[in-house]
Amino acid sequence: MTNQTDKQWAIETQDLDIYYSDFRAVKNVSLKIEPKKITSIIGPSGCGKSTVLRSFNRMNDFIPGSRVTGGIFFQGQNIYDPRIDPVQVRQRIGMVFQKPNPFPKSIYENVAWGARINNYKENLNDLVEECLVKSALWGEVKDLLQRPALSLSGGQQQRLCIARALAVKPEIILMDEPCSALDPIATLKIEDLMRELSAQYTIIIVTHNMQQAGRASDFTAYFTMDTDRAGSMIEYGVTSQVFTNPTHKSTEDYISGRFG
Amino acid sequence: MKNPLNLVSTTTYGRDLNLEQRQKKATIWKALFRLSTLVGVVALAILIISIVNQAFGLVAIEDTNDRNDFISTSIKEVTKTELIQLIETNLSTNRVRTLDREEPLVERSRHDLMALVETEVFKQRIVDSYSLFGSIFTPNTFRDQVAKKHPEAIVEFKSWFTPQFLQESMSKTPELAGIRTALFGSLFLILITISVAFPLGVSAAIYLEEYARQNTWLSRVIQTNIDNLAGVPSIIYGILGLTIFVRAFEPITSGRLFGYEGANGRTILAAGLTMALLILPILITNAQEAIRAVPNSLRQASYGLGATQWQTIWYHVLPYALPGILTGTILAISRALGETAPLIIVGAATYITKDPSGLFSNFTAIPIQIYNWTTRPQQEFRNIAAVAILVLMFMLLSMNAVAILWRNKIQNKR
Amino acid sequence: MHKSVAVDKVTSESLGITQNNLFRNNKRWSETIIKAVLTLAGIVSIFTTIGIVYELGKESLLFFSLPGVTLKEFLTGTVWQPVIGKFGVLPLVTSTMITSLFAMLVAIPLGLGAAIFLSEYAADKTRKVLKPILEILAGIPTVVYGYFALTFMTPLLRGIFGQENVEIYNMLSAGLVMGIMILPLISSMSEDALHAVPRSLRDAALGLGATKLETSIQVVFPAALSGIISAVILGISRAVGETMIVAIAAGSGPNFTFNPLKAAETMTGYIARISGGDLSYDTPDYNSIFAIGLLLFLVTLVLNMISRHISRKYREVYE
Repeated sequence: MTNQTDKQWAIETQDLDIYYSDFRAVKNVSLKIEPKKITSIIGPSGCGKSTVLRSFNRMNDFIPGSRVTGGIFFQGQNIYDPRIDPVQVRQRIGMVFQKPNPFPKSIYENVAWGARINNYKENLNDLVEECLVKSALWGEVKDLLQRPALSLSGGQQQRLCIARALAVKPEIILMDEPCSALDPIATLKIEDLMRELSAQYTIIIVTHNMQQAGRASDFTAYFTMDTDRAGSMIEYGVTSQVFTNPTHKSTEDYISGRFG
Repeated sequence: MKNPLNLVSTTTYGRDLNLEQRQKKATIWKALFRLSTLVGVVALAILIISIVNQAFGLVAIEDTNDRNDFISTSIKEVTKTELIQLIETNLSTNRVRTLDREEPLVERSRHDLMALVETEVFKQRIVDSYSLFGSIFTPNTFRDQVAKKHPEAIVEFKSWFTPQFLQESMSKTPELAGIRTALFGSLFLILITISVAFPLGVSAAIYLEEYARQNTWLSRVIQTNIDNLAGVPSIIYGILGLTIFVRAFEPITSGRLFGYEGANGRTILAAGLTMALLILPILITNAQEAIRAVPNSLRQASYGLGATQWQTIWYHVLPYALPGILTGTILAISRALGETAPLIIVGAATYITKDPSGLFSNFTAIPIQIYNWTTRPQQEFRNIAAVAILVLMFMLLSMNAVAILWRNKIQNKR
Repeated sequence: MHKSVAVDKVTSESLGITQNNLFRNNKRWSETIIKAVLTLAGIVSIFTTIGIVYELGKESLLFFSLPGVTLKEFLTGTVWQPVIGKFGVLPLVTSTMITSLFAMLVAIPLGLGAAIFLSEYAADKTRKVLKPILEILAGIPTVVYGYFALTFMTPLLRGIFGQENVEIYNMLSAGLVMGIMILPLISSMSEDALHAVPRSLRDAALGLGATKLETSIQVVFPAALSGIISAVILGISRAVGETMIVAIAAGSGPNFTFNPLKAAETMTGYIARISGGDLSYDTPDYNSIFAIGLLLFLVTLVLNMISRHISRKYREVYE
C-alpha cells in the first residue's frame, strides 16, 4: 500500500472519491501537487473544492458519515491508512480557514499553543517571533503580544491564523478561501504573504476569486459538478496555461465569467 | 491503535510529537466523560428501581383476633352461608347494613366474602414487610425473621399499589391508607394556581415582549426582577405565603369575609396563591420565549392593514405563540405539582380525611403525604410512600409527555 | 400623530366606512386600558419581591429586638437553642455548607464530564437519547430525592462505612443525593455554553494537530468558561436553598459539627421543621425563621446575580 507512489509530489491523489453517507460529493480525482508551489483549486459553488481540500488533512473525519475511497498520498504514504494517526497528518499538513478564527486567547498564546501541545521543546518566544515575522505581522503586534487576538482587525487575524499554522511546522498549508471575509487591501497582503511562504511551503488554496487564482498561483485545478451532482476535476495545469488556453469549453466559460 | 505508523519526514525537523501518550490520555478522558454521563442515567435507573423495590414485596400478616375463636377448620372449607353468618354475627349492625347496601351479601362471591371475613372479622394486620428484590432473591431470610418475631403470621406477596389506595383517604394503618384526599388536594391546588398564574403570567409576558420593546426603566426593572425571582428558593415563597396569604389576608383566605366558618388562613386558597407566585417567573419566562418566536413579519403585516397594537397581538401574535405558551405552562405546573417545602410552611395538613370542598378548605397534597409517610419510622409507611411517589411521577411524566408531544406536533405542522 | 389621522380619514372614506371621531377615540382609550392592565400584571412580580424583602426584614427586626438576641451573636454564635435563648446561626450555616459541598463534589465533575461528552463526543443520535433522560432527572420532585436519600443512600453509606459510624440521618447522604439532583442543571447549562462555541474554533485547534481532548479542554472549555462558571454558581445557589432532601435525610436539630456522617440540621431544614409544626405566632421560634430566611434569601440572591452577570458577559463574546 505504501511507497507505491512517487515521492516527488507533495500530495498525490489516486481515483479519489469522497462520500457523505450515500451521496458521492467528489469522484475520480487524480491530482499531483508540486512541492513548494502554490496550487489553486477553482470551480463553481458546490463542486467539492473545499471537500477535496479538507480531505488532504483529514478534517472531513469530523463530519459524520463522511468517507473516502481511493488514495491520498503524502510523501509516499496513504494518509487514510488505518494505522496512521490523523492528528499527525494535521500537524504535517496545516490549514487556514475561510473566516479568521483565532482562539479567544492572547496573540502570543494563539501562536504558541499548537507548538506546545505538539511537544515543542525549544524556546517558544523565538518560535512565536519567527512565525509572526514570516506571516508579516511581527511589526504590527510585537508590542501587543499579550493583547487578546480578537482585538486585531480581520486581515491581521487571518495573518495570525497563518502564523499559528506555521508554528506547528507543517510542510503543506491548505487555505480554504482565506480572503473571502477580507477587504481588498488585506487580501493583497495575504497574497504577497503566500508568495513569500511558497519558498518554504507547499500551498494549496481554494478560491472563488478568479483574479486571485490567476495572480497568485503557479498551478490551477478546475473542478465542476457533474450531472449526478458529484464534483470532479476537469482540468489541471500551469496557471497561465489554464487561464489563457484551457482545453475544455467549460473551463473557458467559467474563467471568462459566463457561469458560476 | 495497534502498530502506529509514523509519517516519514523528509525534512530535518522530525521531532517527537509524543503522540502515543497524548492519544492514550485522550482515550482515558473520553472514557471518563462517557462515564459521568452514564452515572446520571444509572442514578435515574437506581432511583426508579429503589422506589419500585419498596412498592411491592412480601408481607407478614397476622390476625388481631384469633381465628380459632371463630372457626375450627381452614377458612377455605367454610361454606358461603357460614361466611355470611360469621359476618352478620360479628360485625356491628350498621356495618352489616352498609355492606348489604353496597352489594347484598348473598349475591357476593365466595372469594369476596372470604376477604371480608379476613379483614373485618379476624382483623388481619400487616406486621412486617420486605423489599421486592429481597422477596425475589432471599425470601427465606424474611420468612425466618417473621417466624421468629411473629410465629402466628402468614407470609404472602403484596402489591402496595391497589385500587383502594387511590380511593381511600388517610388512615393510621398503612395498608388501609390511601391518597384520595391528597390527590384531590393536589388537583384542586393546581387548578387555583393555574387560574391565577396563567392570566397574570401571559399578560406580563405580553407587556415585556410587545409593549416594553422601547426598553423603559420600568420594563428593565421588571425583567431583572423576574430573573432574580426565578432563583429564589421555594421555601422563601413559603415564608411569603405564610405572612401574606395566611396571616395578613386571613379574613379573605380563611373565607370569614364571605361568611365561611374558616378557622384560620391555612387553606387551599392561600396555598394556591403561594404556588402561583412561585411559578409566575418560570411561566413568564416561558411565555416570553414563545412570544419572541413569533416572526416580526406577522406583526408588520397586521399593522400594515391598519390594525391597532392590541388587535395585532390578539388576532396574530397570541394564536401563533399559544402552543408554546401552553407547553411552557404545563412545565411550570408540573413544577408546582411536585413542590413540597412551601406547602409545609403555609400549613398543609398532614392528617386529614375530608376531600377539599371549596376554596377555604384545609387540604393536603401528594408531596406532603410522601413527606409525611417517609418520615414515619414504620417500614409499611415507606411502602405506601413509594406507591404515592409512583402515582406522582406518573402524573408528572404524563404531563410532560403531553407537553413534548404537543410541541413536536405543532413544530411539524409549521 | 396628526398625519396618521388624516390618512385614516381618507382611507375610511374611500372604503365607504362611516367612522366618527368618538368611535376612534374609544378605540384608543381601550388600547390604553389594555396596556395599563398588562403593565400591572408585570408589576405584580415587583410586589412579590417587595413582599419578600418587607416581610423578611420586618420579622427579622422583631427577632433582633428580642431581649438577648444580637446580630453579632446571631452571626458568630455556635449554639442554636431557642429554648435557652441561644441564637447562634453557625451550626445551621455549617451544615448547609457541608451538604452543599458534597452536592457540588458530585455535581461539578459529573455534570461537566457529561456536558463535555454530550457536546464534544456524543453522536447526534446518542445525544438525542441521553439529554432527555438527564432532563427527567431534573424534573423529579425534591421530596422524591429525599425519600431516595433516606431509603437508599443512607443504608448504602451505613453498609460501606459501618452502622456505628454513620447516623441514620446524616449530611453526607443528603449532600450526595442533592448532587445527583443538581447534576442535570450543571450539565445542561454547561452543554449549552459549550455548544455555543463556534465550530471554527474546534477546526482551528484540530487543524493544528491537536487531539480531540486537547481541543475540548484547552480551546472549547476555556471559550465556554463564563457560561460554565455561571452554571456552577447557579448549582451552588440551588444546593443552598434546597429544602426537602435535607429536611428528610440530614436530620433535625442543629448540631455544630464538621463530620458529614453525623446528623445536623440545615437552614432550610430548620425553617421547614419549625413552621411545619403547630407554631404559634410571635414567639422567638417563629421570628427566628425569618432571620434565617433573610440570610438564605440574601445568599441565594447574590449567587444568582453573580451567575447572571457572568453568563451575560459570555453571550456578548459570541453574539
